[in-house]
Amino acid sequence: MFTNNKFRIALVALAATSLMACSSGPSEEEILAEANRQAAVEQAEAEKSRMERETATVARAEAARADEMTRLRAAAEDQKATLVNQNIIYFDFDVSSIKPEFISVLKKHADFLVANPSQTIVIEGHGDQRGTPEYNIALGERRGQSIETYFSNEGVSMSQITVVSYGEEKPAVMGTSEYAMAQNRRGVVVYE
Amino acid sequence: MSTMKRLVRVVPTKLMLLMLCAIGLAAHSQWAKAQSNLRIVITEGMNNARPIAVVPFKWDGASILPESLADVIGNNLQRSGKFSPVSLSNMPQFPSSDTEMDYSAWAQKGIDTVLTGSISAVQNGQYLVKFELIDVLRAQLTGGESKTLIDGNLVMAKDHIIVSREKIILAEDFRQYAHIISDIAYEALTGEKGAFLTRIAYIVVRDRDTDPLPYQLVIADYDGANETRLLSSPEPLMSPSWSPDGNKLAYVSFEGKRPQIFIQDIYTSQRTRITNFPGINSSPAFSPDGTKLVMVLSKDGNPEIYVMDLATKELERITQNRAIDTEPEWTPDGKSIVYTSERGGRPQIYEVNLATKRSKRITFDGEMNLGAAITPDNKHLIVVNRTQGDYHIARQDRETGDMLVLTKTFLDESPSIAPNGSMIIYSTLHEGQQVLSLVSLDGRFKALLPATDGQVKSPSWSPFLL
Repeated sequence: MFTNNKFRIALVALAATSLMACSSGPSEEEILAEANRQAAVEQAEAEKSRMERETATVARAEAARADEMTRLRAAAEDQKATLVNQNIIYFDFDVSSIKPEFISVLKKHADFLVANPSQTIVIEGHGDQRGTPEYNIALGERRGQSIETYFSNEGVSMSQITVVSYGEEKPAVMGTSEYAMAQNRRGVVVYE
Repeated sequence: MSTMKRLVRVVPTKLMLLMLCAIGLAAHSQWAKAQSNLRIVITEGMNNARPIAVVPFKWDGASILPESLADVIGNNLQRSGKFSPVSLSNMPQFPSSDTEMDYSAWAQKGIDTVLTGSISAVQNGQYLVKFELIDVLRAQLTGGESKTLIDGNLVMAKDHIIVSREKIILAEDFRQYAHIISDIAYEALTGEKGAFLTRIAYIVVRDRDTDPLPYQLVIADYDGANETRLLSSPEPLMSPSWSPDGNKLAYVSFEGKRPQIFIQDIYTSQRTRITNFPGINSSPAFSPDGTKLVMVLSKDGNPEIYVMDLATKELERITQNRAIDTEPEWTPDGKSIVYTSERGGRPQIYEVNLATKRSKRITFDGEMNLGAAITPDNKHLIVVNRTQGDYHIARQDRETGDMLVLTKTFLDESPSIAPNGSMIIYSTLHEGQQVLSLVSLDGRFKALLPATDGQVKSPSWSPFLL
């Protein structure tokens, strides 16, 4: 009887279990929702990895861009360093027009300044010792202005340029030999 | 006289005080002794000068006097170009006053003017200085005693004594008093006011490779003595110009890496920035009444002449054209300005009437004329004239327009005229160095002021300081 009883209990439990299972079995909606959930997880994971891949790509691109910028900056610095070493042009006595042989070097400065609009410069105008100091200040300014006008015509913004005339006050070479005076009649492009 | 006495004492005291304050500070804008001592070397023109004997002043004291009055007076008179002081060995005697004079002994030597004097100590470190200027020929004629009618009575007079004065002075005033005696003697003998008690301002440029502050604004007595540095700068200084009261200088400084006009008090060293316009700020010059400053500004495109009212800082534009206009100088009446303009192609001098603003060209001789100055009597224009490539100081008669080249030196510039109109100081190139040079208005007398250190340029002669 005891065994029978045990069996009955087990049977009832089984039946209950089956009954329970039957009543809470997945509906179609539930299956769909489960599928969606799975899909969402998968999608999130895919998104996450895509984002990760993308971030990596962007980082790589940024790094590349930074490298490029560095390279360009270095190139610009190199270019500037070259220009800084080619920053003097000479004038004839009592004349402020630019001699043709200096156009090519001025063009390089102009191109650089157009490409680097944040770069500002001072154009210094200088004269030789002949004439009076005050007249040479005026002449020096006119020399500076003829360089300024050339740059402006090449597209350099006027806001990048300041002209300062030193007249005969800062000779490059002391003395009054023809050589010294020719060296002193000059315009100098100074990068700030 | 009293104004000058005050001035004389104020200078050294303030100077020493400021020098003490300056110790440990940067050299900027401090009073300090400059080192480029100028001396005057006469190069031409003594044969036209009139002989005069400046007898060493008698001194009975045991101490050494701070300065030989006779030496300073003799040098002054010689540098005027109008007198040739007699050497000690050519003096027949050393009288200290008219009473000790042997007129015929001087007359025999061909010396018809004698300055005698004596110095004696009085209390408190003061000295009594007496001097007499004696006309030897007149004295010979009258025997030292002429008869003159005064109030209807015939009295004995000493009209051969041109000047007789005495004064009590301090030890530090010896040099200044020697200048005053020189001025008195010069005026008595020439009829023209002496300019020995004046100063010059100029720019010294030291070696730019070794000196961090190579540009210096310096003032000195007219003869180069008592050099005082007003300002030292890493960047150029230009165009000093005196105020008519002799207390201030206007000048251009590039200390801000661009030109700006300043006015500086020479006694307090205090300075004010007057302009900071874009472009040129140059050539300042005080009006004769001291209320205005004429200057050159290129803020509107190219160099033009402007007049600034110093009280209101208001600007009035005087010239208007596309050529260079620069180097403005006032006429003595303050009603016109002469300036350099190249509107005719090459730089020439023009004159503009400030009321009508109408300009007319006034120089025509030579390839160029620049840097004009006008004599105090308004009779002559002094310019830098370029003829056949040579730059010389020239004088043009304001009425006839006749021009006379005065100098033979090389690359002359920046002429400035003594307040009595007798002498021009200018900058020139001598043995490869920029030095100051003097030429008399008639061109007969010439002297160099070589400096021991640096290039010296842009001289400006002060007004009368007495």
